Amino acid sequence: MASSGARRWPSNGDDGISDEQAAHLRERARFVRLETIRLISIAKVGHYSSVFSCAEIFSVLYYDTMRIRRGEPGWPERDRFLMGKGHAAVGQFPILADLDFFDRSWLDDYTRLGSPLGDHPDMRKVPGVDFSSGSIGHALSNGVGMALGGRFQNQDFNVFVLLGDGEMQEGQVWEAAISGATHRLGRLVAIVDRNGYQLDGKVDDVAAVEPLDEKWRAFGWEVHEVDGHDVIALANLLRAIKADTKREKPCCVIARTMKGKGIDYMETEPGWHLGYLAPEDEARARDMILEGAK
Amino acid sequence: MSAALHPDSWQYRELNKRAPSLATLADTLIELAEAGHPIVAGTADLQHSNGLAGFARRFPERFTQFGISEQNMVSAAAGMATTGVMPYVATFASFLALLCCEQIRMDVAYCAQPVRLIGHHTGISLGFYGTSHHATEDIAIMRSIADLTVVSTADGPQFAAALRASVHHPEPIYFRISRGHDPVVYAEDVPFEFGKAIIHGIGNDITIIACGMAVHSAKQAMEALNGRGHSVGLIDMHTIKPLDRDAVMAAARKSRIILTVEEHTILGGLGGAVAEVMAEEGGGARLVRHGIKDEYSLIAPPTHLYRHYKLDAAGVESVAQSCLS
Repeated sequence: MASSGARRWPSNGDDGISDEQAAHLRERARFVRLETIRLISIAKVGHYSSVFSCAEIFSVLYYDTMRIRRGEPGWPERDRFLMGKGHAAVGQFPILADLDFFDRSWLDDYTRLGSPLGDHPDMRKVPGVDFSSGSIGHALSNGVGMALGGRFQNQDFNVFVLLGDGEMQEGQVWEAAISGATHRLGRLVAIVDRNGYQLDGKVDDVAAVEPLDEKWRAFGWEVHEVDGHDVIALANLLRAIKADTKREKPCCVIARTMKGKGIDYMETEPGWHLGYLAPEDEARARDMILEGAK
Repeated sequence: MSAALHPDSWQYRELNKRAPSLATLADTLIELAEAGHPIVAGTADLQHSNGLAGFARRFPERFTQFGISEQNMVSAAAGMATTGVMPYVATFASFLALLCCEQIRMDVAYCAQPVRLIGHHTGISLGFYGTSHHATEDIAIMRSIADLTVVSTADGPQFAAALRASVHHPEPIYFRISRGHDPVVYAEDVPFEFGKAIIHGIGNDITIIACGMAVHSAKQAMEALNGRGHSVGLIDMHTIKPLDRDAVMAAARKSRIILTVEEHTILGGLGGAVAEVMAEEGGGARLVRHGIKDEYSLIAPPTHLYRHYKLDAAGVESVAQSCLS
C-alpha cells in the first residue's frame, strides 16, 4: 500500500507534523548538505550525492522519528539506526555532533590522521554510531540481531536500517529479509534510498532490482512507498509505522529519492557518486542549498 | 537396544543420546543460562548436528533458527550482542570460518562484539561429505583477524570448561570443535584458561604441540614412544590466539625437535603460529609441521581419513618416529 504525505496512514490519533516542525526538518536537511560539503572539502573526495539523496531521511529520523536522548548515545532504550549505505556517514556525523554525542570540533578533522571520523561509520570510534558499516549488505542482518536482542530482553526500541538501492544486489540483504519476516520483527524498519544510481551507473542497468515493492512484499514485509525528500510525508509515515505496535511484519519503506538532490549539476550527472568540488563549484552548491530554503 | 555406534556414524539423533560430548554445547549453555548469564544461541539449520536442539528445547525464547543463511546469522549475532546478550552461534566450521570470514572480521571482531562462534565438524571430520565440508584452513584465517580469540579444544570436557570460561572473556571467540563423539582426553573438571597451554610434558627428544582432536592421538603416541625409551613431551595448545609463547619456548629450548600436529593445513595454522614464535625467539629445536600438506583432502569415512593423513595415534607415532631417526 502506497502512502502519501497528504493523508495520514494509518490513522493513529497523531495529527501529523506541524508546519513549524516541517520547516525545522527541512532546515536540518540543509544543515546536513552544507556540512557534507564542508567536511568533504577537508577530505578532498567524498560521497556528496549519496548524502543528498538521504538528507531528509537523516533529518526526519534523528529530529522526529527516533527515540533518542541528546548527549546520551548509549542510552539502552534508544531507537537504533544502522546504515547499509555507510558511505553516507559524512552526512550522519554532523547530526551526531549536533545531538551532543561527541564534540563538534571532531568534525573539523574529518578523515585526518587519527580522526575517529572516516568515510564509513565506526562504532568503536564514534559515539552515536549504533553499528559500523562499510561492507555493503550486512546492516539489515545487524538490525535483525538488534531487534531479536530487544525482544529477548523485553525492550521496545525500534531499529531503523537505511539501505542503498544498489545494496539490493547483495544476497545477504535477502537472507536478512527472510529472517525479519520469519521472526516477525515488527520493530524492524528498512528504508531503501531509491535514488536509482550506484558507482558504475544506473542501478537497473548494472543489476536490475525492480520491482522492489513486490520483492519486499513477497519476502513477507509490509511495504510503503514515499517521496524521500518530502519531510511531511516521510515523518508522518514513520510516525505511523512506529505507532503501530501490534504489527508483526517488519516494514520496508521505499523512499523515492534523487541522487544529488538540491544541486542541479549533481541531479543530472550520475558520475557524482564519488567526487570533489572545486572551490567555485562548492560555492555554487552552497548557494543552491541556501536558495532551496527560500 | 543400544548397539554401539560406529566411530564413523552420522546418526545425529542417536549420537545426541549416546555421545556425551555432542551434548556438551547445549548442556553447558543451559547451565550458564540457568546461572543467570545472558546467553542466547543460534544455528543455521544444524541444530541436531551441533546439539543445540537441546538448548532450543530448554530456552526456546533464547534460541534463533536462522536457516541456511550463515552470513546473516553471524551479522545478526553481532547486532544482538550490542543489546547486551551474549550470542553463541554454531554451524559447520567450513561455512562459518570461510563463508562468513568477512562478516566475522567486520561485524564481530572489528566491532568488538562478544559473539562466540562455534565452528564444529572441523578439519576432515566430515569425511566423505568432501572438500566443501572440510575445514582445513579455518585456524589460519581466523587467527589473522585482529581482536579475535581462536580456540581448538581437544574433547567435550575441555570444550565445556572453555565455554564456562568464555562468559568472563571480553573478546569475541572462534571455537573450533570436532564431531562430538571424539575420544576423551580430560576429566570433567579440567581447568581452562584462555591463552594458557596445558603442558603434559616436555621431552628431550621431541615435544609435540597439538590442538583439537590431534591431542588425543598425540598423547597416545607420546606414551608409546616413551614406553620405548624415548623422551617425548606434549603441549595441548588449545588457544591458538593468543598463543602461549612461553610454552612454545620452554619446549623449543629443551627439546631437539618440536612436532606440531593439527587437523588443518600446515600453512598458517598451529604449525605456522609455532614457527613464527620459534623464528623470532630462537631456541635450538628443529620444527616439523604435521597436518594436511597444502592439498584438498580425500573422500572417506573420518577414521579412514585420520589414518590416511597420519592423524590417528599410530600415524602421529610414525611421524614422530621418523623425526627421531
